[in-house]
Amino acid sequence: MLRLPRFKYLRPNTAREAAHMATEVGPRAMFVAGGTDLFPKLKRRQFEIEALIGLDFLSREVRPGSHETELGAGVTLSAASTDAHLSSQFRGYAEAAGLVSSPPLRNAGTIGGNLCVDTRCNYYDMTYEWRKAIGFCLKKDGTICLVAPSSPRCWAVSSSDTGPMAMALEGVVTLAGADGERELPVAALYRDDGIDYLAKQPSEVVTGLRLPVIEGNQSAYVKLRRRGSIDFPIAGAAVALQLEGDVVRRCRIVLSAVASHPLEARAADEFLTGKTLDEETVREAAEIAAKPAKPLDNADLTHFWRKRMVRVVVEQAIALAATRAGGSAVKLLGQ
Amino acid sequence: MSAQNNGFSVIGKPFSKPDAVSKVTGRAVYADDMLPARTLHCRILRSPHPHARILSVDTSAARRMPGVHAVITGSDLPIKFGILPVTQDERALEHEKVRYVGDPIAAVAAVDEEIAAAACDAITVEYEVLEPVMSIDEALAETKDERIQDYGGPNNIHKLVALEFGDVDAGFAKAEHIREDVFFFQGNTHLPMEQHSAIATFVDGRVTLWSSTQVVHYVHRALAKVLELPMNRIRVIGAAHGGGFGGKTDPFAHEIIVCKLAMLTGRPVKCTLTREEVFYAHRGRHPVLMWVRTGVKKDGRITAMHFKTALDGGAYGSYGVASTFYTGALQTVTYHIPAYRFEGCRVFTNKPPCGPKRGHGTPQPRFALELHLEKIARDIGIDPVDLKQTNFVKPMTRTVNWLRVTSCGLEECTDRVMTASRYRARQKRSGRGMGFAISSYMSGAGTAIYWNEMPHSEVQIKVDRGGVTAYCGAMDIGQGSDSVLAAIVAEELGLQPPDIRLVTADTDTTPIDLGSYSSRVTFMAGNAALQAARKMRGMLVDAVEAKMGSAEAVTVGAGRIGDFTFEQASILAEARFGTLTSAGSYTPPKIAGPYKGSGVGPSPAYSYSACVVDLDADPRSGIVHLNKVWIAHDVGRAINPLLVEGQVEGSVYMALGEALMEEQAFRKGLHKWPSMLEYKSPTFMDMPEIETFIVETVDPEGPYGAKEAGQGPLLPVIPAVSSAVFDALGVWIDEVPVTPEKIVEALRRKGKGEAPRFGPVRFPSIPYPECIKVEPPDRDGST
Amino acid sequence: MERDVERLVLALDVNGERAELLVPVHKTLLEVLREDMQLTGTKHGCELGECGTCTVLIDGKPELSCLVLPVQVEGRAITTIEGMANGSELHPLQQAFAELGAAQCGYCTPGILLAAKSLIESNEDPTRDEIREALAGNLCRCTGYSKIIEAIELASDRTRRAGGDVQ
Repeated sequence: MLRLPRFKYLRPNTAREAAHMATEVGPRAMFVAGGTDLFPKLKRRQFEIEALIGLDFLSREVRPGSHETELGAGVTLSAASTDAHLSSQFRGYAEAAGLVSSPPLRNAGTIGGNLCVDTRCNYYDMTYEWRKAIGFCLKKDGTICLVAPSSPRCWAVSSSDTGPMAMALEGVVTLAGADGERELPVAALYRDDGIDYLAKQPSEVVTGLRLPVIEGNQSAYVKLRRRGSIDFPIAGAAVALQLEGDVVRRCRIVLSAVASHPLEARAADEFLTGKTLDEETVREAAEIAAKPAKPLDNADLTHFWRKRMVRVVVEQAIALAATRAGGSAVKLLGQ
Repeated sequence: MSAQNNGFSVIGKPFSKPDAVSKVTGRAVYADDMLPARTLHCRILRSPHPHARILSVDTSAARRMPGVHAVITGSDLPIKFGILPVTQDERALEHEKVRYVGDPIAAVAAVDEEIAAAACDAITVEYEVLEPVMSIDEALAETKDERIQDYGGPNNIHKLVALEFGDVDAGFAKAEHIREDVFFFQGNTHLPMEQHSAIATFVDGRVTLWSSTQVVHYVHRALAKVLELPMNRIRVIGAAHGGGFGGKTDPFAHEIIVCKLAMLTGRPVKCTLTREEVFYAHRGRHPVLMWVRTGVKKDGRITAMHFKTALDGGAYGSYGVASTFYTGALQTVTYHIPAYRFEGCRVFTNKPPCGPKRGHGTPQPRFALELHLEKIARDIGIDPVDLKQTNFVKPMTRTVNWLRVTSCGLEECTDRVMTASRYRARQKRSGRGMGFAISSYMSGAGTAIYWNEMPHSEVQIKVDRGGVTAYCGAMDIGQGSDSVLAAIVAEELGLQPPDIRLVTADTDTTPIDLGSYSSRVTFMAGNAALQAARKMRGMLVDAVEAKMGSAEAVTVGAGRIGDFTFEQASILAEARFGTLTSAGSYTPPKIAGPYKGSGVGPSPAYSYSACVVDLDADPRSGIVHLNKVWIAHDVGRAINPLLVEGQVEGSVYMALGEALMEEQAFRKGLHKWPSMLEYKSPTFMDMPEIETFIVETVDPEGPYGAKEAGQGPLLPVIPAVSSAVFDALGVWIDEVPVTPEKIVEALRRKGKGEAPRFGPVRFPSIPYPECIKVEPPDRDGST
Repeated sequence: MERDVERLVLALDVNGERAELLVPVHKTLLEVLREDMQLTGTKHGCELGECGTCTVLIDGKPELSCLVLPVQVEGRAITTIEGMANGSELHPLQQAFAELGAAQCGYCTPGILLAAKSLIESNEDPTRDEIREALAGNLCRCTGYSKIIEAIELASDRTRRAGGDVQ
């Protein structure tokens, strides 16, 4: 049986206390909420730790408001996916939460955890013995990236489903550090690096997510994976759209699992804004959105195919969001 | 579903399995559930190199660790073993050379798994790394450093086979259309939910092993050989079994290791493989490259076939010699092929060894054959179903390679799925397709793994005033073989299955059965049980007749024998005859053909299946959505229709996984993804509805006419999926698994005016020997 | 290994019984159930959250015991397969699984039964698609899922007819 390494378990009562503990222990402390991402990685010895700091105190509440909805970071993915308010006001977000992994994992996994989910790579998410056999990689114990050996950086893939959606919805995270709280747009939470993929301090705790109410905004998340459950995304598109008739007033497209961070498709957003949605526009927008996506050979199926599929998921997500926003249904060929 | 009960009171009825309650309450004891006092835990150090010489192994640091009780290496277990007598090429622990990433080198017994794992990490091994051989082409080419094994050859060839039945050249000369195709079937693995586990004790000079094995007898033999103990000092017991599918049919290193460690430490020693190690234990589906050439008349009748295979065997022999023959054996039991040439080759590569997986060696050629015939039919403008039907074998015939066909429900199976699926009236729209295929499988191999004249299965029955107990070495791996035994004994003794106590899969207490593989248990153990039960019934009837003083036929049924209850009758019989025991056995008929290599393929009976798959395939993404599967299976007779359906549905599931996503892939000398996340096994969300039809042809030799159900229904599903993709999109995916990227690529080629297919383009040049020419039997051969 | 083991005294509520245990904090709930409490009905297939075999209920909801620390579930109601039957009377789901042959090798069965129990307690008449979605985290290699789906339908039918009490 694969087992966890030894660690001590700390139980702070507040985020601030947790941050203090993390500062005290240093880099060998890690936070744990649902544990669904952390524990497998600990069992595979991808992290070496001294202490786990439990985040059981995190709020599990969804608090709707007139300007924004606030989600405690401890809200489970299953709660987020079935929450009535989220499902009606932030449908893409509930959708993304409901597409993470599998039902039992969503019962434990939290929305805060999914925002911070470690980047993935099939040279990295393997047991210690396997990684030793192939030669350790840059992200853990090694000196080169096994996917792109000539590259100086790590190309592990951002694998959050809810992160890209929260970005498209222009969400803001609350971080608690030893010295107090701060807020950060979700977009600023991520960095384009497989190793240092989060912009927050290691000792900062994500305590909540605020999704602003944007009148008329509708959202959708389309996830590509091999099976109907369990799998991480191998491409995905989060779209938030505000329509006036069939004319796009505001648009945010963010891609998942095609880079080391959720990839904002700003050019496509700009292209779409002010345009009337029809099949041609959607196709063109998807084409523009997909351009910067650079899947590599470190996830399921071939990266050529995944690259090709980015356009498809973007089109599907735009069409879905548009339908929800009351636009005339965008008919796509081959759907 | 047709179930003629013909006056049976048990046979044909859907009884729950005898162990159903223990399984739904969590009380069934699997090997890893056992934790006797003072158990030591074993972990195995495995090779990080695909191919290397071992220069030295230093275990001193591991031995010094607190909590470590024993460390063993290859020199402690130097004797080689292997499932086939001709390929005794494995060691429980290697001390000379490692041949794949995962090859076992040393083992530790410690007070807990954490310490055992740390001790493994503390063992230092010096290697001389050798060039790995990772593909069929590399294995056929000149060796760079040294060969993987020191037998076989040339280069890394393990086995070459060449057989010709009838005059193949003349057959091709008679043909009005000839076609050649190349196909590839990627390897995949069993992925049982239960990771292999074994626990051993050494008490009173005897070793006892509980293991999740499919064959206690083969493990028993291997242990005796490697541990150098007489078989009477070793007891092997099959623990509750968490899934096999062929993957637990070889004797395994960890089984031998825990016994050795128990002998050294005097304490119970347990080893449960991690999921990653299960991928290394493997013995799964061989990757097979295939070339087939067939000649037909204008009406579609086959005149000759030439079939070539190249199997990527991995690092060891396992069942590989048999697997090689199987890739050429069963083509003839579905289609009448008047002249047939088969050339097979298995190579060694530096990967975990391949072996038997559900359908052993036959899903690959079945995939090729069915698609090949589909293409021929389109070439000559005949409906593929018609072409196939034109060539169906007939019951009670012998094939060109001497296989004896008895009952054969191909026609009825085909009719069932054709009618139910409305295949011929299917709605044509782009992106939606249906595919049809048929197949056949053996009800147990006609010859044993190791040559002997003994029965393949034996059953004993004991009756006393406390009731009936049946004893058999067969291992219930979840398929329900215990149910079959109980049903047969109950039927014959006029009882109900819950009245029968079962003792199975224990080499101390049960007579030998050759195990749960090769779809042999219902047929062979079933016949042995039938014989034993009839003998017992004879004694009970005799005693009752004597008591009643009448020679009138004594009826047996509903818990009564003549005028007496079963218990009263057993008291009468025990008083009359003393201890009441009976025994039955089954030895398959000697029906193999008169040629070398004829031992692989003959079976006392063949099952038949037909399948239609309905799917949508998206031209843009290549993503396949399964709509429905119809499957009809000729099981001869369904002893327990509930379990037959379970076997058929499970086969369809495993086939769909293989057809669409399962893949044992390698990269940089390693298994690419030895995990349940990345090795894609279909979830609840990925399975379509299955409509199952049980066809009963009542085989003359099966128990009550029964044949196999556990493997055959897997076979037609895979080609049916690929045919359905062609039906939907007009492209052939001549390679398994049929993944979206392959479909998209085939469509791209089609769009560019190239051949609308994805698959291998060539078959390598292989130094097959000259064919052994075999005269075919008389066609309608009185058998 | 270089670190000392931190042990905690924990009170776990398993199948309605309170158990006080001294366990290493880094042992998962799966390990504690099987090795410290001898509740070996909970099986394991990967220990990484990829197969669903070790599913138990925590406050009535399925979670993977291989990814839960006992310290995280102190005071919450843990249900394992051993707690599903009412004495020797099988739960309707267990009964239906046994009758329909929904357990072949039986190894995934405890986890699937518990996930199904959670489903029919919140949805007394689930559709086939709802069953598939609820069980999408539990792999089975034997059955092709067909008999499992049929058994859940049968159990929920019977339960509804009996007036809805599924314990």
